[in-house]
Amino acid sequence: MAQFRVCPDSGFYFDRSAESLMKVNAVAGVVSLLIAGILALGVILTRWQDVHLLPADLFYQVLTAHGINALIFWVIFFEIAVLYFASSTLLRSRLAAPGWAWAGFALMVIGAVMNNVAVMQGNSSVMMTSYVPMQAAPHFYLGLILFAVGALIGCFVFLGTLVLAKDDKTYDGSLPLVVFGALTATIIAIFTIASGAIILVPTFLWSVGYINHIDAEMYRIIWWALGHSSQQINVAAHVSIWYLITGILFGARPMSEKVSRFAFLLYIFFLQLASAHHILVDPGVSSEWKIFNTSYAMYLAVLASMIHGLTVPGAMEVAQRSKGYTKGLFEWLRKAPWGNPVFSGFFFALVIFGFIGGITGVVMGTEQINLIIHNTIYVPAHFHATVAVGTTLTFMALTYLLIPVLFRRALFMPWMAKLQPYVFSLGMTIMILFLLGAGTLGVSRRHWDMDFTGAMLSFDYPGTAYMMVAVGGIGGVLGVVGGAMFLIVTVGSLLFGKKLEPSAGLFQGFCGLPLADSVYNVEQPPRLERAEPVEHHHDGFEAPGTFVLALALLVCFVVYYAINWDYLSSVWPIG
Amino acid sequence: MSSFQPPADRIWWQVPVGKQEIIWAGIALVWCLIMFFMMPYWHVYGKQNLSTEAYQTNAEKYGAAVEAFVEEYQTGVDEQSGMPIVTPPAGSDIYMLGRLWQWYPILNLEKGKSYRLHLSSLDWQHGFSLQPVNINLQVVPGYEMVINVAPDQAGEFTVICNEFCGIGHHTMLGKIHVKEN
Repeated sequence: MAQFRVCPDSGFYFDRSAESLMKVNAVAGVVSLLIAGILALGVILTRWQDVHLLPADLFYQVLTAHGINALIFWVIFFEIAVLYFASSTLLRSRLAAPGWAWAGFALMVIGAVMNNVAVMQGNSSVMMTSYVPMQAAPHFYLGLILFAVGALIGCFVFLGTLVLAKDDKTYDGSLPLVVFGALTATIIAIFTIASGAIILVPTFLWSVGYINHIDAEMYRIIWWALGHSSQQINVAAHVSIWYLITGILFGARPMSEKVSRFAFLLYIFFLQLASAHHILVDPGVSSEWKIFNTSYAMYLAVLASMIHGLTVPGAMEVAQRSKGYTKGLFEWLRKAPWGNPVFSGFFFALVIFGFIGGITGVVMGTEQINLIIHNTIYVPAHFHATVAVGTTLTFMALTYLLIPVLFRRALFMPWMAKLQPYVFSLGMTIMILFLLGAGTLGVSRRHWDMDFTGAMLSFDYPGTAYMMVAVGGIGGVLGVVGGAMFLIVTVGSLLFGKKLEPSAGLFQGFCGLPLADSVYNVEQPPRLERAEPVEHHHDGFEAPGTFVLALALLVCFVVYYAINWDYLSSVWPIG
Repeated sequence: MSSFQPPADRIWWQVPVGKQEIIWAGIALVWCLIMFFMMPYWHVYGKQNLSTEAYQTNAEKYGAAVEAFVEEYQTGVDEQSGMPIVTPPAGSDIYMLGRLWQWYPILNLEKGKSYRLHLSSLDWQHGFSLQPVNINLQVVPGYEMVINVAPDQAGEFTVICNEFCGIGHHTMLGKIHVKEN
């Protein structure tokens, strides 16, 4: 029985079971994002002191659920969909062990629901980090464990599909770069999930009473090998998607396969060390350990990101120049399809991830500078630049691309889709910049009340700190509006979007049902051929505009880094 | 197209790399190394380096050490909070503990003098956040951290808790007073 269909618009071949699994994982991800987005409004409207919406207990409960749904469930559900797309669709291969893939998905859903229920019941407001010895209900940990096991099965289905594709000779030569990047994300994910199991399984046993003590410092060190590395899965995944999007929109090819793959390899070797970022002001950890780990061994993972920062837009510039956009340094960028949300979403994600998320991450991960930043609201501001914009907006851009291709629906309210990346990026950027400022003034993260109502002692933050959090609040609300626009477009497309031929019905979209049988009329797709050879000319600067942008990044980086050392040097001497 | 197609050259790792990427990777590597060596450099020439002195402890032991410290050097009681005010001699070992939801006791220090500050928690994790100086430390139960502090400003300073520690987290404040000498 033939099991592939070919998308008449994009030319992608979809394996029937992979297609259904991509749909359900993407839908589950978007549902998690919906929950996280609604909760985000509760968080931001409470932190904004003039509004101060929620009471303390509800605030911490909402904050816990917001963090877990956004940072774990949304990104990992979506990433599993991306892995199936990268292995099965891009390699034109049947999916390995679809039964296992469904079992994995079921576990992830059960785990996500169980964890959310635990938080909603009210006695598991322990934040995403669930630091011991503060204890959550057992099903809080069990939910996370089941979710992780499900995700791990998804990783192995991805690896199995790579093996199948190799055996079936569905492609010629080496893995495409995008698939190579997805493989990087998978390897990091397996490391991450193993770390999670090492710490969450004993913590679960502790919560039900089989273990009587979990060392708080050990928990922190191992938990962060889960907590931080899970965000590195996102980095590898969204960088891969950047290469995919520039390939699809511009026909861009990597400037150098060797350089881009080497950069991904550096991620595998060094990104995980970043769990040390969270341990820099902890008791009893040696300076040598901190310096080596927090710098990813001499910043080699930062080097990797800086390389991608040049090669992703550089590939686009080369492609645009070959199409005749050669005037000046930036015609290739000015003439880009700014009205296409796939492009604008990708490009804003790239810029905000690099300029804000990347730079602040390195600065606050510097051993000594962390003293003036640890646990201030600077930290969530940083990871909203990396995850809530870098990863999330990239996934949103990819969703706009996939709705017609995978779900066979035209975009609903395309004007709203067109505006969405602008509104979301603007709101989030305002929020991030002002919360970075507030953090520099010492405003604490995970804190219900800047006025310290009910405290036996008192403290007044400077007026500027209140102002910064308030402006950040306005930005955050705008960001939530941008997020809502994304959800209106995606859910609207599945419900009301114009059906494309071959079309998908309502439940086919939401529940991952396959299209009509007659559509799956390809027994085995033709082999994926190697890219057309090009002449290698490496004498000049192929992408001068990108090089200038990269230098601008470097200047911002150096200046901001120096400013922070200067700030550190002004605080009390400690040793 | 080729970002999602197999590379054109079968032996792609032998294709020479463009000048632009080599230059950028070189610049980036140099910057990475500068950032890396900045940290050991600061250990030698900077004045803000966190000590790594720490001991395993427990709530009983640490609580008793803090009480003995308070008894020895107490000079008054804060009217607002009823908390003891402790004025230890310059250069001595001083103690502060975090518990739900206070930083105990209130410390009176002298500007320009160095102290060995002991920190631990009696219950959950807490965050020692000294404001408005903005020095932030993680306080972990079971671990007693010892850091050398040398206040170089006089005035009233507040310790905020910046690690979530339950419903009263926002009420957890402490005080350090620094006198001109």
